[in-house]
Amino acid sequence: MIEPRPIAVTVNGATVRRFVEPRVSLADFLRGDLGLTGTHLGCEVGVCGACIVNLDDRPVHACLMLAVQVDGMRVDTVEGLSDSGALAELQAAFHARNALQCGFCTPGILVVAQDFLEACRAAGRVPSREAIRDALSGNYCRCTGYEAIVDAIEGVARTRHGRDRREDAA
Amino acid sequence: MSAAADSPGRGRYIGHPLPRPGARRLLAGRGRYTDDVLLPRTLHAAFLRSPYAHARLGAADVSEAAAMPGVHRVLTGRDFVPICTPWVGTLSHFKGMRSAPQMPLPTEKVVWAGQPVVMVIAETRAEAEDALEAIGIEFEELEPVVDLDAARAPGAPRIDADAPDNVLFRTRIESGSTADAFAGAESVAVDLRFGRHTAVTMEPRAVLADFDPGEGRLTVYQSTQTPYQFQDLYARHFGLPEARVRVIAPDVGGSFGMKLHLYHEDMAVVGASLLLKRPVKFTADRLEAFASDIHARDHRVRARLALAPDGGLRAIEVDDVTGVGPFSAYPRTSAVEGNQVVRLIGAPYRLTDYRADLTVVAQNKVQMSQYRAVGHPIACAVTERLVDLAAQRLGLDPFEIRRRNYVTDAMYPHTTPSGYRFEKLSLGTCLSKLHDLMDYPALRAEQAALRGRGIHRGIGIATYVEITNPTPAFYGVGGAHISAQDGCVLKLTPAGEVQCAISVTEQGQGTEAIVGQIVAEGLGVDRDCVRVHTGDTETTPSGGATWACRGAGIGGETALQASRKLRTRILEIAAAILQAEAKSLDIRDGAVTDPDGTPRMTLRDVANLAYYRSDLLPPDVSPALTVAHHFAPRGYPFAFTNGIHGSLVEVDVETGLVTILRHWVVEDCGRIINPLLVDEQIRGGVVQGLGAAFFEECRYGETGQLLNGSMADYLVPMACEMPDIVIAHVETPTGDTELGAKGCGEAGTAAASGAALNAVNDALHPLGASLSQLPMTPERVLRALNVI
Repeated sequence: MIEPRPIAVTVNGATVRRFVEPRVSLADFLRGDLGLTGTHLGCEVGVCGACIVNLDDRPVHACLMLAVQVDGMRVDTVEGLSDSGALAELQAAFHARNALQCGFCTPGILVVAQDFLEACRAAGRVPSREAIRDALSGNYCRCTGYEAIVDAIEGVARTRHGRDRREDAA
Repeated sequence: MSAAADSPGRGRYIGHPLPRPGARRLLAGRGRYTDDVLLPRTLHAAFLRSPYAHARLGAADVSEAAAMPGVHRVLTGRDFVPICTPWVGTLSHFKGMRSAPQMPLPTEKVVWAGQPVVMVIAETRAEAEDALEAIGIEFEELEPVVDLDAARAPGAPRIDADAPDNVLFRTRIESGSTADAFAGAESVAVDLRFGRHTAVTMEPRAVLADFDPGEGRLTVYQSTQTPYQFQDLYARHFGLPEARVRVIAPDVGGSFGMKLHLYHEDMAVVGASLLLKRPVKFTADRLEAFASDIHARDHRVRARLALAPDGGLRAIEVDDVTGVGPFSAYPRTSAVEGNQVVRLIGAPYRLTDYRADLTVVAQNKVQMSQYRAVGHPIACAVTERLVDLAAQRLGLDPFEIRRRNYVTDAMYPHTTPSGYRFEKLSLGTCLSKLHDLMDYPALRAEQAALRGRGIHRGIGIATYVEITNPTPAFYGVGGAHISAQDGCVLKLTPAGEVQCAISVTEQGQGTEAIVGQIVAEGLGVDRDCVRVHTGDTETTPSGGATWACRGAGIGGETALQASRKLRTRILEIAAAILQAEAKSLDIRDGAVTDPDGTPRMTLRDVANLAYYRSDLLPPDVSPALTVAHHFAPRGYPFAFTNGIHGSLVEVDVETGLVTILRHWVVEDCGRIINPLLVDEQIRGGVVQGLGAAFFEECRYGETGQLLNGSMADYLVPMACEMPDIVIAHVETPTGDTELGAKGCGEAGTAAASGAALNAVNDALHPLGASLSQLPMTPERVLRALNVI
């Protein structure tokens, strides 16, 4: 074992300082050291997407990062993105459409969907269903069959696009 | 976007597409799964697993591991012998079945690659895994039994040395005379292979056992769908008083049947907590999940169908061989799937003669047992492929041959040649509805036009009949401590709200949501006033929990009857206060009313009075506002549902890749309580069925090594590969209950692979090729086309 090292990370807006073993993954650090259990471990090889969080505003697999690598960076998890309201529109759409069952994959999907919709919005387009399905290629869901998730994301994209156009017109 | 339709039988809540109240918590990352549970002084377990599929165990040197930092104990098979009794995965109604006794860790030999052999318990999981590296253990390799056919070949190596062969169970079903039926008759035949696949729940198995020696009390947090079953198992096998064993299923990240079987690690963790007198946790990582979660299917089915002289379907003969791993799973056995295959084949059709043989064979692979839609996809694919081949022989359209040969509406109640009794199905109605839903003639026209341009599309349909609402005929009669009844405790709180504790459990399908709807409807209160609690053996009544499609049909009826009981109590108290006849009062919108709906007093007033001013009640009127009710189905042994799937695919004959373009389902699960949730059960089930059809397979090498046991190598369906799925409903409520609900959890999986198989074969037929093995990988498609 290599001795723990000090790190300082801004997690969900607050700076946390901890000593961590260099071998500890970001996912284990978030779950174990900080109790942020909304980040889930489904495969630990960066395939299933259940552990995805934002690192300096970009989605990353927390299972593929080491905690020591994020020293000095900003991490936002589903808990923080929920508290700040950043995910509120997507969460409401997922709830109404029942776009989740067991909920284990959901935090990762929300983080990816939010990033994807931001990119679509910046490009001024509403994504097609195929594009939404492609964007979810790194997120496995075993319960829903994906269609409701696609519906919910598509609904939010249309709502936002409509709002942006009204704002532009005004 | 396909909006879920309201059910025609709807009430204020029943039949409405209402979102799940509990989903908001999960959406905010506030789910509490077993691995999230923290207990003081928890230790963590890791397992050394066998690298060999079949080997004799030599001496284990654990001294170095035991001395490593953070390590508290290293346990081997012998440590469990004094505290745990062995378990045997047989049921008495499977006559002649045998299976080797199992213990938490082995003492003599290992029988599959991945079997846990040594357990390290340490301060952290990482320290436990570090110590695994320091364990020295000798294995003397034995010849493994791997291939299904080789396992039952004469002279094959035997997994159980004292058994005559590797056959664990055999049965034959016979009705009428298939010999007569086939004599001189036209017939068609199949030889179909169904690969092994596995559940791949997003949350792997997890268990946290906490033994308190002060009270002799064991609490187990476990990711499972059947907490009462595990309470019984832990109490019996560790000799603990049942009332002092508590099993809690927190949020469960998918189960699909996989988490209702007993695993060696579960027993080792409970045993370790008893020995160390501290909480011990084990969460399988994904590699461990592939190497130890039950697998499913693994069947080779040879079957033939005889035609009557008038062209009708007359008789089927079946030989099903299934490989189930080294022993039969416990406590539900590994024979149920095969048993359902041989009983469900041919079920939707008017057959006069039937014969089926089932052989359940042991092999040195992961144990095989019940996973979503147990046996149904195999029975469906075999039957529906035979029917399509018969249609080709007779020059009939697939819709027409089914319409001519289904069990007809006038025949109910109907008993199949295999002995299943149908109260009432809607086969013909579903068939017609699918024809319209798919716009079948247009699809055929489009297919023909594209064929001319070298684009090979296929259209397939597949009928299913699904077993739901099981009575004790399923497991209880075989001696298993698996309940077929459910219990519900309903309480009107002092503030006039409703708490419901019920024995059916939640894994995301929406059990708590529909129970809340039913209770609100049954009582006459707002759904937001009803809080439903599940998944804890200490705070809910004992019952069957969730398996085999029983939550809505049995749990829902239990909730409905319990709500009637509480309603009677409320009205009795209100009548005494209002000096009215209870019969003349009603409950609407949370108030006791006159028959015309005029509010007389709120439920809060009734509850306040009963709890705080019981002195105002007449002496013969009880103030009790808590009722307990149990319900067990007593009519038909099972409530059968039915439906039909349609599949549209496109086969790339150059690459062998199949694109799934559309999928349709017409289903009849009886009374629909929440169409939003039913649709999502169907869709999720379809995608698991399409996974089996095209992607998912546990591939083994010749030495019994699992070759693709990781999420990167085992192909789970992804969003970009799956089609939109169109769903329509027919409602034929069961008359066995007031609610009329049957199950819908397996319907999506039951026929998706069969419809896809028929669709791919429809695409390949003009090319002179056909496929008879699932999953239909590009390689197998190209082999069928003689390209490779």
